[in-house]
Amino acid sequence: MALSKEQIAQRIAKEVKDGYYVNLGIGIPTLVANFVRDDISVEFQSENGILGMGPFPFEGEEDPDLINAGKQTITAMPGASFFDSAMSFGMIRGQHVDLTILGAMEVSQNGDIANWKIPGKMVKGMGGAMDLVASAENIIVAMMHTNREGESKLLRQCSLPLTGVKCVKKIVTDLAVLEIIEGKFHLLERAPGISVEEIQKATEGDLIIKGNIPEMVF
Amino acid sequence: MIKKTVANVREACEGIADGMTFMLGGFGLCGIPENIIAELVRRNIQNVTCISNNAGVDDFGLGLLLKKHQIKKMISSYVGENAEFERQMLSGEMEVELVPQGTLAQRCEAARSGIPAFFTPAGYGTEVAKGKETREFHGKMYVMEKAFEADFSFVKAWKGDEAGNLIFKGTARNFNPAMCGAGKITVAEVEELVPAGELDPNHIHIPGIFIQRIFQGENYEKRIEQRTVRKTN
Repeated sequence: MALSKEQIAQRIAKEVKDGYYVNLGIGIPTLVANFVRDDISVEFQSENGILGMGPFPFEGEEDPDLINAGKQTITAMPGASFFDSAMSFGMIRGQHVDLTILGAMEVSQNGDIANWKIPGKMVKGMGGAMDLVASAENIIVAMMHTNREGESKLLRQCSLPLTGVKCVKKIVTDLAVLEIIEGKFHLLERAPGISVEEIQKATEGDLIIKGNIPEMVF
Repeated sequence: MIKKTVANVREACEGIADGMTFMLGGFGLCGIPENIIAELVRRNIQNVTCISNNAGVDDFGLGLLLKKHQIKKMISSYVGENAEFERQMLSGEMEVELVPQGTLAQRCEAARSGIPAFFTPAGYGTEVAKGKETREFHGKMYVMEKAFEADFSFVKAWKGDEAGNLIFKGTARNFNPAMCGAGKITVAEVEELVPAGELDPNHIHIPGIFIQRIFQGENYEKRIEQRTVRKTN
């Protein structure tokens, strides 16, 4: 069975290590916070200016002066801090944030990512995505393996306008965990019950399959 | 103490004119200069260029200026939540320059700090870098971006004093500090204006030297864009 969005988030949460500062993008990445082990110390950064972002507030406790980058009302954890946008992106460009998790429309086998614009259709802007992908050492992309038309989103070359070049290292989809090494997708894990052949079929780019590919463990 | 207080928003906006470039603080509807935006609408200033991370929503924030077709050009990083914006952009009525968010903040900060240009990795290899100088440093490619030039910076703070010192609250800080001193004239509206000496100098986020005019705003709506809550156990 292909993974649900929650399960993708749950698998990615295993990549979050003790002591990490993590930036979560909008969509599936936001869900990752729900699955991080509670015996490790992690701080979430939201690029609009908070480190130590907490869960949504209880009803009646919403503060219009306290939101995340998705403009949702949030809370601040003990030890949180606020800062301005220039400092926030200083943290990001200066590589002080350990892990960036974001969504994508397309990823290419050399690590290019497209996630901000569909010419003529959707022009909402890149927000902080270009700064994040250009700077982060450790980027995980969370996305569906194919689009609504069933076409692969893991390509030889992106067809949409790029957000960044040669920056994606790891991808977790509803079908697989993959790594990009030397310009190729390498299959690391399969979703439970999904065959290597199914993943191969859903991947347009070059897919390297070495030995037995284990099923994901949650 | 050099006094920066003006009586009200009308006095604070003295000198604004058609065709000018304005910087406006805020992220979404959080930390936007509500009183000043209302004054720009009231004066019906035309053909302005707005540098602001977002463009408000259809009936609030900069969306109010959009609705009256006062904006000639928007410089933003994300303009998602505004149907009228999308319409004016796609029809070509309004010019739009999309800028990566960190670059937007840094172009403000650079303008304030006397740095004409800087190199950033953001946007390298994408259409954002088209026509811009690129250069390699330590084996990585960077794009040259220039400081903004603006006639006015309009910012919103939580507390301020007569000397123009500012303190921000929560994530309403966002783009406001980087815009202070970045335009030729910076106007700050605050929720609470106090006499000099009442704010602890250790707690000031932005010193008054960057502010030319300060006033206490009225009737803050502080609209929430996405009200998200969790259930009580």
